[in-house]
Amino acid sequence: MTSPLKTPDTDPRGWLERRFPVMSFVRREYVAFPMPINLNALWSFGAFLIVTMAVMVASGLFLAINYTPDITQAFASVEAIDRQIPSGWFIRSLHMGGVTMLFGCLYIHIGRSLWYGSYKAPRELLWLTGLGLMLMLMVTAFAGYVLPWGQMSYWGATVILNAVHAIPLIGQPMSELLLGGDTLGNVALHRLFVLHFTMAFAILATIALHVAALHVVKSNNPSGIDPVSPTQTLPFHPYYTSRDGFALCLFLMVYAGLVFFLPDLLTLADNYVQANPLVTPRDIRPEWYFAPFYAILRAVPSRLGGLFLAAGSLAVLFVLPWLDRSTIRSATRRPMVRLSLPLAFASFILLGIAGMHAPSPAWLLVSRLAIGWWFIHFLLVMPLASEREMSS
Amino acid sequence: MTQSETPPSPDGTRRRDLLATGTVALGCAGACALAVPFLDSLKNPVATSLSDSNLDVDLSALTPGQAMTVQWRDWPVFIQRRTPQMLAALQAPDHLASLRDADSTILQQPKDATNWHRSVRPDYGVLIGICTHLGCVPSFEKPGSTPQAQGGYFCPCHGSHFDAAGRVVRRAPAPYNLPVPPVTFLSDTKLRIGHSAGDPGFSMSDIQQI
Repeated sequence: MTSPLKTPDTDPRGWLERRFPVMSFVRREYVAFPMPINLNALWSFGAFLIVTMAVMVASGLFLAINYTPDITQAFASVEAIDRQIPSGWFIRSLHMGGVTMLFGCLYIHIGRSLWYGSYKAPRELLWLTGLGLMLMLMVTAFAGYVLPWGQMSYWGATVILNAVHAIPLIGQPMSELLLGGDTLGNVALHRLFVLHFTMAFAILATIALHVAALHVVKSNNPSGIDPVSPTQTLPFHPYYTSRDGFALCLFLMVYAGLVFFLPDLLTLADNYVQANPLVTPRDIRPEWYFAPFYAILRAVPSRLGGLFLAAGSLAVLFVLPWLDRSTIRSATRRPMVRLSLPLAFASFILLGIAGMHAPSPAWLLVSRLAIGWWFIHFLLVMPLASEREMSS
Repeated sequence: MTQSETPPSPDGTRRRDLLATGTVALGCAGACALAVPFLDSLKNPVATSLSDSNLDVDLSALTPGQAMTVQWRDWPVFIQRRTPQMLAALQAPDHLASLRDADSTILQQPKDATNWHRSVRPDYGVLIGICTHLGCVPSFEKPGSTPQAQGGYFCPCHGSHFDAAGRVVRRAPAPYNLPVPPVTFLSDTKLRIGHSAGDPGFSMSDIQQI
């Protein structure tokens, strides 16, 4: 095949290629792009995240068409979407279920990176942009949860904004910026709506950065050893397009199951009661994806301490590429990490379960042990293992 | 890896052409199916119950030569009480020659208003005030407001002129006469808009253009 750059101007491919080389870009980055030969199913979760994000933006735009960001009408407009707008129930269910799919995939995606050492040189920027995406998603999810103006929206927002307020130095101006008044009301709802809407597009742009960074350093793989010869790679298309496509079908079946058969599985009945500033609901709980951090806030008998540890539990991830100085990537080849990291995963899950239960002494103890192990793993085991451990 | 490198057969087809085409086709079909509820949500959520409603109007305050505007089914409805001079002007031969549809042959009114004065009673005119050109609301010109004015309507958007019976003049861009709604006189000063006793089967959806 002749290069499109040498064809005469009458050939539209050559004409386009000389002015905007999009076709050679696609061929280089999405057709011939070399992928490790040994990727497992955990490497499909990035594709799931991109597809779910696209569904979230599309469904979000159509919800915004019918939503009214005003405290007197917000609740009723969401009810109207569920009951009166044709197919509105479907679009809203897609949007609510999508949050669970996003956070589920994100936590698995991050867990995979931890297990196979995908955060290590030369992929630090890939790791940091990914963690940035996680924080942006958390802010967006919080702002979006306030919009229906139900009891959980209102009291969740109250608690979070007061938590922000309690942060030393920057907390007070930040919460005032969000609140725009003395109490949580119309101004705050407007601001959170705009924040939710804007963050969605900021996330799309950051995903572009994340993927661009991936295409520079290329994918890690389960062995943790970068491919050295062309026989250890496969072209992205058709091998990983068809594999990701198949995995995507399975993923969409789970997503569709949640949307069509269990739309109320993860929602709380209290959020179908309009916000009432005079009554806090008895059974106040966060959404499952925030439960681990909620459990930390409850388990620490100090407001500032709880905030510090909850933020710290994420901060340790940001500095992980420099805490873990071992050149061995995959945990499967690291005897200490192989034991310690699954316990850290279990700690995160236990914190999540604890956050969904009433704070009995037993759950408080479990929470405290789990927080302890999370920090021991990242701040003690990882630096120590970097020096002591022998590769197996 | 070897299979994809199987050379194409002499006619240019490859082993996986069918699979690839089928996958892309099914993917597109799925995307189209997903688009259906999204487009569905843009439809009018509730069928408007206004379509059947009648509006009763008290005409007792209207003196000859005056006009009033009421709202019926979200449309402006012009009601005018005509003077003998206005009625005479409606029948002047040189005026009739300047109209596009002087005899109301195009269905823009119920049967009981298909006459020279385009209304149930000659002394009252009822019109829907939406210009048939591009939908602006024409303004009423009182009789005598300009030297040649005999009462009529002037559309500010593109200059269409209608006479007091809502008939469009030939030099105007509007193609049709102003629509006449179905009306019934309950008494001399009480008008019901929404039902025509003289043409009970009339529906606004049957007219040429609103």
